[in-house]
Amino acid sequence: MADSKFAAYICTGCGIGDTLDVPMLEKIAQKEGKMALVKSHPFLCSTDGVKLIEDDIANEGVTHLCIAACSRRAKVEAFRFPAAAVSRANLREGVIWVVAEGAEHDAVRQEMAEDYVRMGCAEIKKMKVPAGNVKEASSKKILVVGGGLSGMTAALAAAEAGYAVTLVEKSGALGGFANNLWKRVPFAAPYADAQPVGAAELAAKVSGHAKIKVHLNAVVAETSGAPGRFAVKIAQESGGMTDDVCGAIIQATGFTPYDPARLPELGGGQPNVVDQAGLEALAKAADGGPIKRADGKEVKSVVFVQCAGQRDASGQHLPYCSGHCCATSIKQATYFKDRDAGINAVVMYQDLRVPGMGEDFYRSAQDKGVTFVKGRAARVTDGGGACKVDFKDLILDEDTSIEADLVVLATGQVPNAGVNLDEWTATVTAAESGDEAAKTRKDELLKTSVLSLNYRQGPDMPQFKYGFADSHFICFPYETRRTGIYAAGPVRRPMDILQATEDATGAALKAIQAVENAARGRAAHPRVGDLSYPVARLEGCTQCKRCTVECPFGAIDEDEKRFPKFNEERCRRCGTCMGACPVRVISFENYSVDTVGSQIKAVNIPDEFEEKPRILILACENDAYPALDMAGIQRLSYSAFVRAIPVRCLGSVNTIWITDALNSGYDGVMLMGCKKGDDYQCHFVKGSEMAFYRTSKIDDTLKQLGLEPERVLSLEVAITDNARVAKLINDYAEQINEIGLSPMKGFG
Amino acid sequence: MSASIATSQTILVVGGGIAGMTAALEAAECGRQVILAEKQPMLGGRTALLYRYFPKMCHPVCGLEINLRRLRGNPNVRVMTMTEVTAVSGRRGDYTVTLKTRPRYVNENCTACGDCGNAVSTTIPNPANYGLDKIKAAYLPHGMAYPQRYVIDPSIVGTAEGEQAKAACKAGAIDLGMQEETVTLKAGSIVWATGWRPYDAAKIQPYGYGRIANVVTSVEFERMADPHGPTGGKLLRPSDGQEAKNIAFIQCAGSRDENHLRHCSRICCMASLKQTQYVREACGEDGRSTIYYIDIRAIDRFEDFYQSVQNDPTVRFIKSKVARIALDEQSGNPILHGVDTEGAHRYANAHDLVVLAVGMVPEVTGVALPEDILLDSSNFIEGSQSGGMFGAGSAASPLDVNRSVQSATAASLRAIQVIHQTASTEAV
Repeated sequence: MADSKFAAYICTGCGIGDTLDVPMLEKIAQKEGKMALVKSHPFLCSTDGVKLIEDDIANEGVTHLCIAACSRRAKVEAFRFPAAAVSRANLREGVIWVVAEGAEHDAVRQEMAEDYVRMGCAEIKKMKVPAGNVKEASSKKILVVGGGLSGMTAALAAAEAGYAVTLVEKSGALGGFANNLWKRVPFAAPYADAQPVGAAELAAKVSGHAKIKVHLNAVVAETSGAPGRFAVKIAQESGGMTDDVCGAIIQATGFTPYDPARLPELGGGQPNVVDQAGLEALAKAADGGPIKRADGKEVKSVVFVQCAGQRDASGQHLPYCSGHCCATSIKQATYFKDRDAGINAVVMYQDLRVPGMGEDFYRSAQDKGVTFVKGRAARVTDGGGACKVDFKDLILDEDTSIEADLVVLATGQVPNAGVNLDEWTATVTAAESGDEAAKTRKDELLKTSVLSLNYRQGPDMPQFKYGFADSHFICFPYETRRTGIYAAGPVRRPMDILQATEDATGAALKAIQAVENAARGRAAHPRVGDLSYPVARLEGCTQCKRCTVECPFGAIDEDEKRFPKFNEERCRRCGTCMGACPVRVISFENYSVDTVGSQIKAVNIPDEFEEKPRILILACENDAYPALDMAGIQRLSYSAFVRAIPVRCLGSVNTIWITDALNSGYDGVMLMGCKKGDDYQCHFVKGSEMAFYRTSKIDDTLKQLGLEPERVLSLEVAITDNARVAKLINDYAEQINEIGLSPMKGFG
Repeated sequence: MSASIATSQTILVVGGGIAGMTAALEAAECGRQVILAEKQPMLGGRTALLYRYFPKMCHPVCGLEINLRRLRGNPNVRVMTMTEVTAVSGRRGDYTVTLKTRPRYVNENCTACGDCGNAVSTTIPNPANYGLDKIKAAYLPHGMAYPQRYVIDPSIVGTAEGEQAKAACKAGAIDLGMQEETVTLKAGSIVWATGWRPYDAAKIQPYGYGRIANVVTSVEFERMADPHGPTGGKLLRPSDGQEAKNIAFIQCAGSRDENHLRHCSRICCMASLKQTQYVREACGEDGRSTIYYIDIRAIDRFEDFYQSVQNDPTVRFIKSKVARIALDEQSGNPILHGVDTEGAHRYANAHDLVVLAVGMVPEVTGVALPEDILLDSSNFIEGSQSGGMFGAGSAASPLDVNRSVQSATAASLRAIQVIHQTASTEAV
């Protein structure tokens, strides 16, 4: 570290200089923080203040700097020095804005500020500027799996932006489910009539595009690697195998219509009862002429039964709504009405769901004479000549029936998402313990895989609810738990053609972003641009596998010797592995067991006679830490006995930090993370859950130390909890006061 | 600010709500240069005014924080707040755009310390709460506002209060002489993420909005439920400040109606289902929510949320288009009149408070847009004739947040395609 030079800059603006003893802070930075250079400035974020720092970097060789000013979330642009490592001591939002005013608090306020300066100096001593992990010859090619409308759209979207694409389609032709359609729902004003599907035109564009290589009758036999370097084996049906290297993957494997045969009470499986796909086939066969049933009879009356096997609360069928079916049935009803206004077309629905401009299409069908009945179908009987639909009329509140030549069941979309990883993990575990049936099942499952990832965590993307490969995040719909792999179209969520087109275009962007990020060695969402990555000191590794198992993103494999094998390009830099590691061999250049541990140790612990407890807060930087900041912005005061350290994710908290803190005389530790469970809000999916799980196991350690279980408190804190967080702190300080100071003081 | 920075390789994103931020960030994270122009003094748009999202009941500012962090860390995006597009000329790949920036009267020196706010006493209706409460005329628009910089309301410029604010600022950040600025710059492609505004509820004459105090809109109710809102999260009746416990939600207020909005705004059913849970949050088992609806459009997985609300004993559903609302003068209660179409029962139901689930009107309605822009019959942006401008988010279609983000991501790629193709042509 011969070339490192450490400096601390203390801002005296925003009231810091008026409230705190800055010369004392300078002295601490110098003497205790061991900073070679310590300067204060009345307005550090001003052009003048920033120039002071820049000059020191240029002329004094400063490489590491601690900025003691406002929160790390404020003035980010001003304090961006890409060539230097930077730590921030939060004297504004973290001290002067939250410690109650008045001279009686001067001492504790100053102590708090001094500790934050000590912590900032301690942290910067352990930080390095991350260099990134740039790989030579990173691939920017995009693999699209599935050649339906979504896949074709994604492929074309990426190609038109200049990226090479490999498209793999299982069947012998492009087009997917759209090939079965006679027409589609209108996408543009006046939203009046069904439109040509355009699948063949799109297929021709894709096939003819210079940047797209199409493999028909082919599947992905194996995928290994990571973003920027996925090695893909493409197996032809004929037996041939092609090797390809891609940077990112879009899974657009579409859906399978829910099998109407599973709805015998609605006539599923009877000759004159078809599903929506079946009706499309009849319309295609009619080719604009009269639509005929299988027995050749021209259809003069038709009933569409909506939500067939959908929105089902009984647990037998699909619990969700497939979204497109109302508009699809309206479209299909117009197939009849457009040809012959005399045909009786009835749509039987419970809630008609045609959002947006679909309302205009609905209106146009009403104008064309399509009948809409709010009713719940109870039974469909195919009498051969006519079908009878028994239903409850929800308007007249009575049971009644209607007859029709043909009944169309609007069944839902079932995603073609590949292997369910929950089942996979259970099967693999059973197979490893020698269960023969499980071994067979594992092979069967592998055959149904879409991506055939050779990841330790399983061959496909983790599924969200009901088998869809969707994101759990509202603000970030493309987030998956497999970096560089994105789902598009109905495999992600039930959707219509218009949405699938939008979705596939968006997925293409995310794939492009993934290859660009991988090429530059930087993280993907949500720590986008982060150049740090985890490094493991394998000589200390005990092969416990916790890091590989707990990584929410499947970034870590095991090598032949059963050591963890990090795939940096798959990593999201949350540090959950670092938190998991019992022997603490995993670290990032700028975030490690040491960068946080040294801050914990830097805090001055008063002896027990001073009656000044010290409470450590480890706060998720995404939600809890901003809430603490917001408490400051709103000038909500909280105990000056706390010392808060932001962490990348609560999942990165290594329990050694907690035990070290308690050993060195802290009186309590508060862990603040995001909501866990089904509606988790953790940006790294499992991080906060893992942290809660780990700290639940800490009681034994506390017992060994002779400490009360209350000394460690895990909390879910939302970003809007600014008032709550202040109260939680004050309540906890009060609780600590009641149970008394830690007996460990003076032993650290 | 120099116009020379922007070139035909730059993407202009108009609107800094969730869709605009997304479109800008997604392009910037692909390495593209982006200018993000926002009319308001802060980014976040209408999502920043939401208390919770359906169906997770999570907080919109959680995602906003991540997006702001992406933004602060990305030099490819230049943010211009208080800025509107006044003219666009040129063609796909080569647009010339004129932007007008209103004066903020606060420059980049601002540290958001709050001294100016403490120095003034004049108040203005709070735009972050739909004017339901007041804030100081020197204000930070929102606790999470980006840029984290105060705004001086024009009403105190040229007054003694303005001078007091200026005198209070130790950072020299207040510049009361700041003028409106016009800048002309180049852009290869433009994404219009101009968002939506709530339909003017006063136009739905029979519902009495504006005449009956206890009839509010869904966006106002959203603010009332938020602990950071005007009532501190209490559901208080505007007429008498009493706690409202028996609350009616009227769906399709002005939507799916040829006299008002032809379209279905998609989000309102889910928003009302969500808001029934605010009633539960505030009143527990004592709360009563009644949803008057035509169809409950809880599409795809949202069906789960609908089912869970249906299982909530405090929530009742009545299939009916409410005919009119009368005022009971004595109690201040709105009385809803109509016919329950399931069984055709006539009703006259009294409620403490009525929430009108108003529809989404494209924000650009009534705004002069470039002639090239294609609008549908409800003024949603379909695209442009020359193919270089795109709608994104709820400017393009009434969408929920999740779908807006998808739409914006797609629009971002379309803009990149234009830039890419222009560059390829120029290179030839």
